[in-house]
Parts: sequence; C-alpha cells; structure tokens
Amino acid sequence: MGARDQHGSGAPWGEEFRAVGKSLRKIEGLSKATGEAVYTDDIILPGMLHAKMLRSPHAHARIVSIDTSKALALEGVHAVLTGADLPTRYGVIPWTKDETALAVDKVRFIGDEVAAVAAIDEDTANAAVRLIEVEYEELHAYLDPNESLERHEPTIHEGNKHGNISKRVELEFGDLDAAFAQADVVMEEDFVFHGSTHAAIEPHCAVARATADGLVTLWSSTQITHYVQREVSRVLGIPQSRLRVIQPTLGGAFGGKSDPFSLEFVVSKMALVTGRPVKMLWTREEVFYAHRGRHPMQLRYKTGINNDGKLTGVDAKITIDGGSYSSFGLVTTYYSGQLLTGPYDFPSYHFDSTRVFTNKPPCGPKRGHGSVQPRFAFEIQLDELSEAIGMDPIEVRRKNDIGENATTVNGQRVTSNGFGRCLDEVERASEWKTRRGKLPTGSGLGVAGSMYISGTNYPIYPNDMPQAGIQLKVDRSGLVTAFTGGNDIGQGSSSVVRTILCEELGLDPLDVRVVAADTDLCPVDLGAYSSRVTFMVGNATIDACRKLRKQIVSAVAAKWEVDAKRVYLGTGEVFDTDNRETNITTRAAFEIAEAYHDTLGSTGAYNTPTLGGDYRGGSIGASPAYSFTAHVVEVDVDTETGMIDLKHVWVAHDCGRALNPMLVAGQMEGSAYMGIVEAVFEDHKVNRFGLHSGPSLLDYPLATSVDTPELHALIVESIDPEGPYGAKEAGEGPLHPALPALSNAIYDAVGIRLRELPFTPGRVLAALRAKAAQDQDAGGASC
Amino acid sequence: MPAMSTPIPLELSINGDRVRASVPAHWTLLELLRYELGLTGTKQGCDKGDCGACTVLVDGKPQLSCLVLAGNAEGKKIQTIEGLQPAHRKSGGAGIDPVQDAFDRCGALQCGFCQSGMMLSARALLNENPEPDRTEIRQALSGNLCRCTGYTQIVQAVELAIAESTGAELTPPSWAKNSPWKSTTSLTGKSGADE
Repeated sequence: MGARDQHGSGAPWGEEFRAVGKSLRKIEGLSKATGEAVYTDDIILPGMLHAKMLRSPHAHARIVSIDTSKALALEGVHAVLTGADLPTRYGVIPWTKDETALAVDKVRFIGDEVAAVAAIDEDTANAAVRLIEVEYEELHAYLDPNESLERHEPTIHEGNKHGNISKRVELEFGDLDAAFAQADVVMEEDFVFHGSTHAAIEPHCAVARATADGLVTLWSSTQITHYVQREVSRVLGIPQSRLRVIQPTLGGAFGGKSDPFSLEFVVSKMALVTGRPVKMLWTREEVFYAHRGRHPMQLRYKTGINNDGKLTGVDAKITIDGGSYSSFGLVTTYYSGQLLTGPYDFPSYHFDSTRVFTNKPPCGPKRGHGSVQPRFAFEIQLDELSEAIGMDPIEVRRKNDIGENATTVNGQRVTSNGFGRCLDEVERASEWKTRRGKLPTGSGLGVAGSMYISGTNYPIYPNDMPQAGIQLKVDRSGLVTAFTGGNDIGQGSSSVVRTILCEELGLDPLDVRVVAADTDLCPVDLGAYSSRVTFMVGNATIDACRKLRKQIVSAVAAKWEVDAKRVYLGTGEVFDTDNRETNITTRAAFEIAEAYHDTLGSTGAYNTPTLGGDYRGGSIGASPAYSFTAHVVEVDVDTETGMIDLKHVWVAHDCGRALNPMLVAGQMEGSAYMGIVEAVFEDHKVNRFGLHSGPSLLDYPLATSVDTPELHALIVESIDPEGPYGAKEAGEGPLHPALPALSNAIYDAVGIRLRELPFTPGRVLAALRAKAAQDQDAGGASC
Repeated sequence: MPAMSTPIPLELSINGDRVRASVPAHWTLLELLRYELGLTGTKQGCDKGDCGACTVLVDGKPQLSCLVLAGNAEGKKIQTIEGLQPAHRKSGGAGIDPVQDAFDRCGALQCGFCQSGMMLSARALLNENPEPDRTEIRQALSGNLCRCTGYTQIVQAVELAIAESTGAELTPPSWAKNSPWKSTTSLTGKSGADE
C-alpha cells in the first residue's frame, strides 16, 4: 500500500537529520576488517564434495557424443552431469531463455560448459574432468559481429527467427531531417567501444545442500538472489518454496553476478543427486569466460548543432557484439538508445541498434549497463561540435541542460536534476577557466556529462507485486531487525537500511541488525542491478518504519492518556511534547507497545509509478528518478612513447541526497576509476580461434594504486521528490563520463581525437603521426 | 584415485601460535590456511600471484600465500588478517589494529574481498616506515588489486592511521567540509544499556 506513497524528503521527526547525511561506518565493515565476514568460498560443510566443469575447446561445434564412463569409474567421483541432466532452458530475461546449465547438443563459445563432476576433492574432480570424452563436429565460428549481421547459416541459436541477430530496436522521435537541415553544423563520425569485463576480485562460487526432506539450500555469490531462486527452481523442477537461496558476503559484482550462472544449477542438482553438500569455485580463467561484461559496440553518430550552442537532433546507428547468449541483451539493446536522451535536451532523435550473436564469451550488464558506450561516442562528438562553433564545451553542455521537471525526447520523465551544478563543481574544482587550453603541450583537460537511471520501471518479469519489500521485527530488547531481499554487494545497501531505521525510529546503529538476501527469511526484492536498491529498498524501509512507528506511538499515547500527536519518537528517547518531563527510552516504548499490541512488526514496500513513453519499449529506460554526473579529467600524454598518464578526475555527481556521504563518495570514486582505467588498460577480446587473449589478472591488466589518478568526488544534492529523503543512485552513473572526458582531455593535450577504445600507446602514436602528416600537408598548402 | 602427493608434516607459527599440520606436498600456504586451518580471512582471487588478495605476512614481510608452497613455510612466522586484532591487544592496545579501524572508518571496505591482503600490506608498510608519504603508500599497496574503491579511500585510511599516530590533522576529502571520519557509531551518545 505504501508503494506509491510519497514520504517527503526532509528530516522526518525534527529540524535536522540524525543519521541521514552522516558518514557512519558500514554495518558489516568491522567483520570485513577482521576477516570474519563469510564469503561463499568460506563455507565449508561436513562431507562437502567439490565440483568442476568440463568446458568446450571449440568456439562453435555440435556435440556428437559424450562418454562419461571413465570419469564415473574414478575412485572418489560421486556424480557426473551433462546437458541431458539439466536440459531446461533459462535466462535472466523471460523472453530470451537461451541458456542451459550444461551444453545440450552444441557449444557456442570456448569455455561453454559441457559437463560437470563432483568428487571428494578438487584434484579428483579435475582428474575426472580430463577423463570425459567428447566428440565434436566443428561449425563455422562467428568472431566478427559484422559477419553475424549478414550471415545466418549456421545459426548460433537454432530456431532464432532472425538468424544470428539477437535483438534489433529502432525508434524515432521528432523530425530529424528538418533538424539536420536547419543546423549550422552537422557532424557524422564512427566510434568503436571495445569490450571490458568486471573482474570482481572474488571469483564466482556456489555451494548447495539438499536435506532428506527435499529442501535445497543454495549459497551463491550472486547479486540477484530472487531471480536465481526463480530460475534454479524451474530448471530443477522443484517449487520455489523448496529452494532457499542465500547470498553470503559478496566480493564484488559490478553486474558480473547478475545472471543466473551454470554453477548454481549444477551444484543444486548434484546436491540432490548425491545427498551431499557440493561446492563449485570457478578459477580466475573461468570467470573471464563466464564474462557478461560490457558489450563491444560500433557506433555511428550524426548530430546537429546551431551556432548558439543548441542541439537540433541526434541520429545513432549501433552494432552490438552480444557474444554467445542473450543474457540481458534485450535490455542492453534498448538502453543503448533509450538512455542517451539526457542530460541534454534535443528535439529529434533516431536510433537503430542491433545486437548480434557471436561465438565469444557472452556479454551482459557491466556498471552503466548499455549506456556507457553511446555516452562515450556522443560526448566526444559534443566536444567536437563545441569546437566547431567556437564555444566552451562546458558552456555548450549548460546550454542544452534539460533541467528539472522535464520530459525527454523519448518521453521519459525527469524530476530532480542537478546537472548544472555538477558542471559548476567540476569547472570550479579543476580550475577549468584558467587552465583548459592553456596547459603546456602534452597536458590537457577534458569534460563530459551523463545521466543514469535510479532503478527501472521495468521489473524484468511483468507482475503487479512490489519491486522492493522489507519486514521489520522489533521487541522488548530494544533491537530492531530488518529483513530485506536487497543484495548488499559491498555498495552498502544494508548500511542504507540501517541509516533509515536509525533516522525513523531514533535508534543507535548498534541496536539495528539487517538480514539480507536470504529467500527463506526476507521479503522479495529484485536485487542489486539498475542502481535500484537505495531508491526502492530505501523507500520500502521508510514505509515499514512509519507503520511501525505508528504502532509504538499509539501504544505510548494510550499509556500516557495523551493524543498520539504529542508523543515524540526519533532521537533515542520518547517524550510528551507538551511535557518533556514525561520521557522514556525507545526501548521502554517498545516494551509498552509490545504489551499493548502484542508481538510487533511491520512490512514496507515500494513500486514505481507508471512511467515511460507511450510506445513499444517506452518503459525500458523509464526510471522514477535520474542521476546526473559531470567529469573533468586531467591527463599527460607522452608524445614519444604514446603513454597516457592519468593525473586527476574531478567527478561531480547529483545523487539526490547523500544518505551516507562517505559511501556515496566511495561509489563515485570507484565508478570514476572503473571507467577511466577500462579506457586505457583493459581489453576483453578473443583471438582468431575464439580463445580469450589473456584470461588472467596479469594479462588482462587492471590499474593498481600507482596507475590510478587522484579522484576528487564532489557531491551534488538535488533532493529528489520521490527518492528516500530525496536520494537517488550513486553506484553506476558516475562511471559514464570518464571515458569521453579522457578522450577530450587527450585532444586538449596533444590535439588528437581518439574515437576508438582502448587508448593504447600504439593507437596514440598512430594518431600523433597522422596528425603530424596532416599538419605538414596543411602547412605545405598554406605556404 | 588420481596421483596424490604424499602429505608432509609441517610446523610453523601462525598468528603467534605454534601450529602442526599435515598437507599434500603440492598445497600452497593459502590452501593450508583456508582449507586445513579454517583461517578463511585470507582470500583467493586468482591463485596465480596476480591480485594480492591472499597476501599474508611471512616473517613480517607481505607475501602472496598462493605462491608459497605450504612446505616452504616450515618454521616461518605467519601473520594473517585474523591475527591483527589479537596482536594489537597483546601489545596493550584496545579495540582493533588502527589500520583495520581506519579502513572501516574511511569506507575502504566496500566488498572487502581484497582488503585482508591490502590491510596486511599497509600494516607491513607502517611497521617499516611509520610516516610514509602518499607516493610511498601507493607503491606499497600496488601489489593488491581493488576493483571497488579506486584506491582513494584506502589511501585515505592509511593516511588517517598515520595522522592519528602522530597527532597530525588530516585534510578532509573533497566531498566533506570537516573531517568525516567518526570513531564512534553512536547517534544518541548512549551505550544502549538502560540507565
């Protein structure tokens, strides 16, 4: 019922916030500091078996036969599974279920799971995996997305209506021809976004146990407990109510743990088959193949601008390399177009995005799902347009700011908007006006902006139930326990719940517990994706707190024989506002309430209002609130070696209200880091056989503390009308501008436009040589 | 049964305790700690020496426990994350090691998976050099990959631990006007016990 209620954005029970806005320690921080926190691989159960996968050595092949007899005969082996044991298809998006836990009839990328073994230890399981004999018939492997656009035989997914095309979305808004005809400057250019992967430091791991009564418990390093419960129970053919999914402490995710993964199905099935607990821990190499990382995209953008700085229209054509399975690809394809329509207002827009299948590790959502790549291209083009009309690039961005309470060209509702202040902040902090364009050759500053969703209107599987639910238990001890399905993946969602409980009920942090992401104990929440948790779980928490508070206040009022309006609860004590002498502790108030109402508790929920454009797909990209970000990047480019030295990133982010500024800053810094280093260091690619070019944390280079620039987080608070106390997301939005701002900074430094990622020394040197040749030609012509 | 290496007997010091164990000869120190001794605070991120999550102190020096054969740790003094707080208490301190406390107060513990190794690298640095500058801090932590923080709040945490040991004032971060690093979590100023 509380679903669409507005809770207000101010301090609930007084002049000032008590807990909101304070940089409290995280609820689980000390358990991580001391090594006590239990991650999935830390779970060791009596009699536990260890499972290993056999993976495909071919990028695309038909399975002719599998012989598991030798593996089964090995001493210490308890189970061997193949695709025939788990043939039901699954997928996170209900319309594109094209995965099976183990390959059925064919394999679609090097690393695709073919069979699995459970044995008394990992060594025995590995030995047994090597004894499985598989005969393959190799098929043509698609490694170039452009080939998949044209060629459909052999089809990677037989029965797919559109050959090797995974999804195509084309939408048009406004009159684009007129927009380009009237523009003073029109530019059209190609951009290339390479792939990148999440590389969370914790590898995927799952443990399952089946008890004699047929109940299955699955511990998994997932960020989507709820969807895992739905899909694993369906594939296993057991009711959802008999599968308990628990997310232990999670060692990083970034979108890389937001699909159901084969190991979850396999260990659950093996636990049922063997009657023993089973664990599977993937190696780092396996994590690289499991992937679901950022899609490579080829993007063509055409944009018109007038000399006064106003954009007239944008046209985009995008080819998306999806890899071998659908994953979230349907949404990715929409997001690649739907999320570009802010923070800038342009009156006409067309995009045509096509996701294709290739025989590579499957792509999926990585922090800033589907919208980091278009943002990269568009913000570079915006910089070039600014230069063409002779206007400061920050000024151009200001001129096109869509502002508050606006509707985007594709019909999305924008409410709060702090983008203008984000631009002000990065301009001020970077000393843009005095430094940009004036630094010595080799040093430069670049700017970019972006917008992102705070949760999505679209709940993956259509239903009318709440997107977020929470339950509170309170008793005479003074302790309040919240049960939330929200997945704390390290971003601090359980800490947000605690902050809200402290604020609403006048509690100390140590009097609050949060039980999260256990499907037996917690009401449903859809999980940690689309930057939805603070907004949705936060609102559900306020809803539950206010219902509980009503119970407590009414009981105290009855006891004191005063009007409930006179009972104040909210600062750790409960008193009569007309007579401050009548004053008890919160714990004593709980006792009165428990006596008056019997056992106490409440639930809270959140659902999005009806949002989105009135067209097919109009709800994809519709969010109850949008966050805004601006970056300025400072860089040094070595013109002799082509090396890029990342100096500073100023990241200003409108998070609505910072419920815990330290955690918000941590998300902003982590996002800025993740974005800028994927531009310089990372490249998730396969060779001409479809073999990953370097599936290790050395060969796939990640930035260390020495490579990472100084990150300056600048928090902007626009106070959203519908967010919890005005809060919006901070976990993904602040990544987007990093890559184009870097490209723009490199242009300011050495005059080259890099439109193809990653920015390797070779690419920098090639661009410098091309520029030198061009300058010489121009110089020669003018002589 | 696959060819298993013969278990070898071992004796070493772990977090100040003399420990006797017997593990297969091909096991690493990481496997001994996690799967034989139950000291799961030490994490495995790559098992090939790339990420630093398994860092422990061997005779006071940070080392990657996934690259040390358990047999080669014979006779060594090993300190894991589980040993930091007890060692701090034993040396007369209260609470937890200032490095652990500063990491928590600065928000450096996002997912926390890399942080056992990170905090041990930081502890080893401060044992050697009590007042390193930012460049020295970044260098000392460069063997420990973190994907969450961008290293900013980690470096701040080490700087906070140093500042508090020397009594210096640490400049607030870009996102705060005053020092945001609270040492307490109390909002009411009360212990929670009934008065």
